[in-house]
Amino acid sequence: MANVPADLKYTKEHEWIRVEGNVGVVGITWFAQDQLGDVVFVELPEVGRELKQNEQFGVVESVKTVSDLYIPVSGKVVEVNTKLEGSPELINQDPYGEGWILKIEIANPAELDSLLDAAGYEAFTKEG
Amino acid sequence: MRYIPITQADKAAMLRDIGVSSTEELFAANIPAEVRLNRPLDLPPALTEMEILAHLRELAAQNADTAEYACFLGGGAYDHYVPAAVDAVLRRGEFLTAYTPYQPEISQGVLQAIYEYQSLMCELTGMDLSNASMYDGASALAEAAGMVVNQTGRSKLLVARSVHPHYRRVVETYMHGVGVELIEVPLDGVTLDLNRLEALMTDEVGGLLLQTPNYLGYLEQVRQIEAIVHRMSGLFVVAVDPVSLGLLEAPGHYGADIVVAEGQGLGVPLSYGGPYLGILATRERFARKMPGRIAGATVDNRGQRGFVLTMQAREQHIRREKATSNICTNQALIALAATVYLALVGKEGLREVANLSLQKAHYAAQQIAALPGWRLAGSAPFFKEFTVLAPAPAQAVSRHLLGHKILGGIDAGAAYPELLDGAAGAVTLAVTEKRTRAEIDRLVAALGEVK
Repeated sequence: MANVPADLKYTKEHEWIRVEGNVGVVGITWFAQDQLGDVVFVELPEVGRELKQNEQFGVVESVKTVSDLYIPVSGKVVEVNTKLEGSPELINQDPYGEGWILKIEIANPAELDSLLDAAGYEAFTKEG
Repeated sequence: MRYIPITQADKAAMLRDIGVSSTEELFAANIPAEVRLNRPLDLPPALTEMEILAHLRELAAQNADTAEYACFLGGGAYDHYVPAAVDAVLRRGEFLTAYTPYQPEISQGVLQAIYEYQSLMCELTGMDLSNASMYDGASALAEAAGMVVNQTGRSKLLVARSVHPHYRRVVETYMHGVGVELIEVPLDGVTLDLNRLEALMTDEVGGLLLQTPNYLGYLEQVRQIEAIVHRMSGLFVVAVDPVSLGLLEAPGHYGADIVVAEGQGLGVPLSYGGPYLGILATRERFARKMPGRIAGATVDNRGQRGFVLTMQAREQHIRREKATSNICTNQALIALAATVYLALVGKEGLREVANLSLQKAHYAAQQIAALPGWRLAGSAPFFKEFTVLAPAPAQAVSRHLLGHKILGGIDAGAAYPELLDGAAGAVTLAVTEKRTRAEIDRLVAALGEVK
């Protein structure tokens, strides 16, 4: 059964964002990591990089495939989860916690309105 | 991996399942008529096995081969000795396949062989990891060029003019499509011009592609070159002769970032130009940018050691547009030949092969330089290949040698006219451990007749 926390916003590319003031914490969903299988590598962007909403910022690689990562909102990367370099499996173990990918300074909060809420994302994943 | 042909019944069942009545109908529905041949292949009538063998022998007899001719040809393919055991292992049915071992459950032997190959290549080159092999030396260098561009994000690349001309052409072909500007660094005599390198190596340049020993046979000044390239945060790619590493420092020890090589000299016959073996090894930090596949050692769910293909997600069958390379073809069988060869000769044996080649090449060079009208093209140190300036055009030298049952005389002046310096020709000669003193003396005598 998919795990979709209610306090997050989601993209159709299966990223989540948790808003903490003007910063968003970004990761990939439980559904995404379940589809990928064992994650073996995460390519992280450089801190300080400016990203536009929906821009590709990295890749997540599993034993089966490689998936591009897209940023839910525009802004500047302020921190990346360097633990993933040595322990990419955190994404499988704890996608909404220890497996976070980056923190972004949200440039335009209005963009958050274009994202899916938990119910919308859950419905989207069920469409297959 | 087994090859299982299909029967007529299998074929009929497949056609029935996809809803067509014949292979012809399947083709007609999908392939436009104007691109189809629409006639039988233009082949002579079939021959029996006995007839075809006789015919092929007749054709083969027209070649001048190394069994009958003393070979002093090099330029990337060398007449080194291939121990009989190499072929004996290669011909085992378990190994004799062109298939990639995608199913580890039934491919442990092949995967382990690839793993051993990679381990040997890392030791030989002084690098952290090697891929499972590439098509040949030239394509390995071109793939390394792509790695440099991907890693640095810089769209200019320096190529030493002393790199094999054919390799440079292959690099040009690969880089043309990705819009990379290649800048040639000229020669100063028979090696790279360090002053020009210094001037050309800017922070817009991804790195340098170098070959040592270079195409003319000479050793490049790798330590000075490394310092210049790394000062601008460029990557240093070195193409080597793997046999030379029996004597020379491994490139990993003088700061190379990527090492490539043509592996033919390691137990692979000349075979009229192929199949050969592309070696590509690099440092751990470039692992994700490395093309091709890697066999890795792991443990299964019962803790038993086993081998798998790893990092396959970089390969084209996963995401073609994002692949590190669209030619991940590896030469597993030829890589196995190199593995068996190195395991047989060992460190000492490789050193001996290298040392004998070097000693004999230097003896030949001294003798030739003493002939009236002949001189060495340069005074830089060389390994088993060197270039001499001749009193006649290279093609005439080569033809004259053929009459003496000697293969030799690559026309270095054709690719490097600046070497000629008033001489009628420039000829590159290679000497391996197989050449006897009598053969070398015969070569020198024959060259002495060239006017």
